[in-house]
Amino acid sequence: METKSIMIVGVGGQGTLLASRILGNTVIGEGYDVKVSEVHGMSQRGGSVVTYVRYGEKVHSPIIDKGGADIILAFELLEAKRALPYLKKGGKIIVNSQEIDPMPVIIGACEYPENIAEELKNTADTTVVDALSLAKAAGNQKAVNVVLIGVMAKNTEIPYEVWVETIKNTVPEKFLEINLKAFDLGYNS
Amino acid sequence: MKQLMLGNAAVARGCYEAGVKVVSSYPGTPSTEITENAVKYDEIYCEWAPNEKVGAEVAIGAAIAGARAMTCCKHVGLNVMADPVFTASYTGVNGGLVIAVADDPGMHSSQNEQDSRHYAKASKIMMLEPSDSSECKEFTKIAFELSEKFDTPVFLRLTTRVSHSQSLVELGERENDELKAYEKNPAKYVMMPGNAIKRHVDVENRMRALEEYAESAPVNTVEYNGSEIGIITAGITYSYAKEALGKGANFLKLGMAYPMPVKLIKDFAAKCKKVYVLEELDPFIEEHCKANGIEVIGKEEFTLLGEYSANLIKKVILGEETEELKTDPVPVRPPVMCAGCPHRGTFYVLKKLGLTVSGDIGCYTLGAAAPLNAIDTTICMGASVSAAHGMAKARGEEWGKKLVSVIGDSTFMHSGITGLIDIVYNKGANTVIILDNSITGMTGHQDNPTTGKTIRGEATKQVDLELLCKALGIDSVRIADPFDVKNFEKTVKEETEKNEPSVIIAQRPCALLKTVKYSGRCIITDKCKNCKMCLKAGCPAITVKDGKPVIDATQCNGCTLCMNICPFDAIEKEEA
Repeated sequence: METKSIMIVGVGGQGTLLASRILGNTVIGEGYDVKVSEVHGMSQRGGSVVTYVRYGEKVHSPIIDKGGADIILAFELLEAKRALPYLKKGGKIIVNSQEIDPMPVIIGACEYPENIAEELKNTADTTVVDALSLAKAAGNQKAVNVVLIGVMAKNTEIPYEVWVETIKNTVPEKFLEINLKAFDLGYNS
Repeated sequence: MKQLMLGNAAVARGCYEAGVKVVSSYPGTPSTEITENAVKYDEIYCEWAPNEKVGAEVAIGAAIAGARAMTCCKHVGLNVMADPVFTASYTGVNGGLVIAVADDPGMHSSQNEQDSRHYAKASKIMMLEPSDSSECKEFTKIAFELSEKFDTPVFLRLTTRVSHSQSLVELGERENDELKAYEKNPAKYVMMPGNAIKRHVDVENRMRALEEYAESAPVNTVEYNGSEIGIITAGITYSYAKEALGKGANFLKLGMAYPMPVKLIKDFAAKCKKVYVLEELDPFIEEHCKANGIEVIGKEEFTLLGEYSANLIKKVILGEETEELKTDPVPVRPPVMCAGCPHRGTFYVLKKLGLTVSGDIGCYTLGAAAPLNAIDTTICMGASVSAAHGMAKARGEEWGKKLVSVIGDSTFMHSGITGLIDIVYNKGANTVIILDNSITGMTGHQDNPTTGKTIRGEATKQVDLELLCKALGIDSVRIADPFDVKNFEKTVKEETEKNEPSVIIAQRPCALLKTVKYSGRCIITDKCKNCKMCLKAGCPAITVKDGKPVIDATQCNGCTLCMNICPFDAIEKEEA
């Protein structure tokens, strides 16, 4: 199997790290070689956050370069647009329809780009999900990350049960019910 | 069973398996998680030291006493610990001593991009460099063996992408769990000139032995694929090179960054038509090759700046460009202080008063960003205090009345205290604001001497910042809540006016601490006159829609700072 590259992008605080951990732990359970890369520190403070998950027979680099991502899982529209050059030709985008204004937009130094969802759809195979509403329906708006993992899970060859098992092993007990619900809402969306 | 492990966690696992007994470090991205993971093993005594120099000295002492010991730091932390490290090179060790140093090419979370390999050469200390998590664990264990075998400290050099990437690691058992005998040996451990002169001879002999060892060290590996292209590389760049070139090149991977072999490289180069050196930051391997008459291509074709990538290597070596989708430039999303951050109140006031602000290293460095734009300088840990003293001495006391230093609680413990002593001793009149948020924030919530808890969360003596400052000779020490904006502003005005040194302890805990329970959210009511004062705080939860400020419910945590800023009482709290 060719190495599969999944890029998770979002805004610091949205829970992208948990998403990459669930993804990483799921594919390792399937017997693949796996590399996950994340950056801690400055980037977490409400800035752009990028994590990479790569799996296959043998993975060398933990990093996904421009033109290299099979899937981009975006937690926020502007971040999806920012990540677009990283998508492989024929790759897939799964994007949360949420918009979070970055500081330059808040202070009026520039404007939040319009019609991002349309641009993405015109450029690549794109699924737009209202993950925030689904997370709220699951019982906690912070479950956006697991909703999106659910949407993505549907787009992989890994069986439903394997994902659920990983979530059970990754998420703390007291948040488990909400997270499983969030996963299902994403998976069945 | 293999485990998916962060590079830093794998170094900690290597410590556990190597029988390490003592780890003492100061947090610093991207090295912090080594110590945070080491503490998960009950067999290892771990601590947060107040700074890297202390951490290194603790580890050196533990090693002399016969234990295997480690200290961990980021590249700039190595500058702080350089003093003891250079002399530990002379004393050598008893139990193995490993110094893990994590560089940050690309400066994901750092103030400079220094290449720590130069320290290995300058201090004559061997350096190993792993390229993934599995090697992080194995090289850590090898480093301890070599440390004892060659009677030397050993550097383990990491970079952000190695430290913060996860890959598979095979776990092993703990070994060497015994202390070595301790014997008094002043000729080896008392570094006064008479002894050090003799030890320097030992150091040079050790260097020759290590150079010899490098020729056949198992961590230096050759992969010959019958190509005309040869790649000499190390660390994370090896994985990029493999990604880019696969079996289309021959590889010499130097697991030992210092000292480097000569014959091994010459033999490798002789079998290739064209040899490239791939290394991020400085031409360290390249200069070694060229100094030994080995023809290589390095920084002529590659950059000294930032990180390498597989695409870059493909482009330069193979001339292949990767096709990428195009989109218009998008607004940047720089990191900001979190919603509810206590520092926001402080910087709001400092900006309003138009003060010159001598800044420091921590989350609060973000006070330099728009819209706060409050910080004038950021140099290194502790410099906010001493640099402000220099500024005031240069421009005079009156000018100094419009000047403050800002420094976090942990950073003040690290190296702010000595600067404050300088101000008192040399008759300065500066105002220093200690941003006491009850935690080391930037690196992800580590305890420190002011929090009253150890790395294991056990209760311990807590440094009393107020008493400490008074003991140093500061007569005017005041505690103020930065969210009580009016009082905080008044306090800053009064203290900066004084003709004596003063300290303001801006006290409010980090909003991300579990003990901090903000609830509900703030909403802007129709009393809003659209003056946009609330936007000046730079809170990520307050944004503008249709020309008026609104508060984003998904971001607001109900901290109420904006309510204290609004001049028209137009912001109200809505309980959840």
